[in-house]
Amino acid sequence: MSEPVIMMKNVSKRFGSFTALSNINLTVNRGERLVVCGPSGSGKSTMIRCINRLEEHDAGTIIVNGHELTGNDRRIDAVRREVGMVFQSFNLFPHLTVLKNLMLAPRLVRGTDKASAEAAAMALLERVRIPEQAHKYPAQLSGGQQQRVAIARALCMNPKVMLFDEPTSALDPEMISEVLDVMVDLAREGMTMICVTHEMGFARSVADKIMFMDSGEIVESAPPDEFFGAPKSERTKMFLKQILAH
Amino acid sequence: MSFNFDLVWSSLPLIIQGLGMTLKLLFLSSLIGLFLALFILLLRISGRWYLMWPAMAYIYVFRGTPLLVQIFVIYHGLPQFDFIRESIFWPVLREPFGCAVLALSLNAGAYVSEIMRGGIIGVDKGVKEAAMALGLPRWQQFIYVTSPIAIRLALPAYSNEVVSMLKATALASTITMMEMTGVARTLVARTFAPYEIFISAALIYLALTYALQQVFAWIESHASRYVKKER
Repeated sequence: MSEPVIMMKNVSKRFGSFTALSNINLTVNRGERLVVCGPSGSGKSTMIRCINRLEEHDAGTIIVNGHELTGNDRRIDAVRREVGMVFQSFNLFPHLTVLKNLMLAPRLVRGTDKASAEAAAMALLERVRIPEQAHKYPAQLSGGQQQRVAIARALCMNPKVMLFDEPTSALDPEMISEVLDVMVDLAREGMTMICVTHEMGFARSVADKIMFMDSGEIVESAPPDEFFGAPKSERTKMFLKQILAH
Repeated sequence: MSFNFDLVWSSLPLIIQGLGMTLKLLFLSSLIGLFLALFILLLRISGRWYLMWPAMAYIYVFRGTPLLVQIFVIYHGLPQFDFIRESIFWPVLREPFGCAVLALSLNAGAYVSEIMRGGIIGVDKGVKEAAMALGLPRWQQFIYVTSPIAIRLALPAYSNEVVSMLKATALASTITMMEMTGVARTLVARTFAPYEIFISAALIYLALTYALQQVFAWIESHASRYVKKER
């Protein structure tokens, strides 16, 4: 059961003189759900973006599904196909309908034939509860709907792990729960997930482990009960106080 | 001296005899220019200095010199070289038509490649990252995601460039081409009525520009169909 999907060893990353990540060590096992939180600029987005090499790390080792991330383009593409990613700003392909957004990568990258790609896409749209929007363009959908399409698009590639980079931060409050519901479903089905979010209710109910980052370091990492009930570090306590204040 | 309206109208059909040549110059050099622009664009965005620098030099030279000068250099200058006269390009370069098309195409290539680059720069970074994150190789990202969006973004500037090209074809008259302005100039030499004749020519250019605008407005609205919000 404890088969590691993602391993980061002493990973560091700088942007000029700014240290985005310093000595990150992290293991995520199959089926594990990790929630990452921390103030803005703490490196949490950079950290998950390093996992599919949207950012290149400067030092250390990252191993995803047994493949070490290096500068080899083909290898990176192969790794990316196994890693689904959901962005804060949805990033749907604006020129394609919802259905074609979902079908693009399976068709191009996996060479899936049209009929089965379409069937798989429709099944996923059912799963995120918007099959009726299949033939609309992204701009015609609400933010919550767009983000659900984005989740379905990532799932189309049958990823071994899903990365969520603040998936609800760009949403109007009334749309947050429809996206979280889909994510909770995914977690229940046993998907391995890393989720950068400030939705502490979500973290409490689905996370196996919550990780708090600050200034590019992992400050604290613990199961939810421990993390919320008995945080060890002062920085964590301070952050929790601020975020749970209202 | 009085303005002769009749002469404006009566010279219209004569000037229209040059319309075919004007359109031929426009379409041929737009088409060649488009392919050239695409080629230059690919060099320009390749990220490799030995491909980027020649592309940038090319763009700099053709945007940095007057089209009229380019036409003269190609038409009067190139035939001085023996190797040009002995090359396979000579049958094209010997004729003013070939020189005009070459100059217009080279010029369009430089401008249009920059217009295309503008479109590509305008594509949302996040959308490109989404394609990357799905594991699409670079060329598939470019063809299936970046390009369709970039084309829409570049269309308004491109339509502007085609309208510019239409008017630039008039410069071909300086190397004996009988396109509309060339025809107008011979009419002026015959009638000594530059005012009326050139206004007549201007009216035809206006009509053509209007037609081009309509065509591009339709293409733009078609290309932007997915941008409109309708719930």
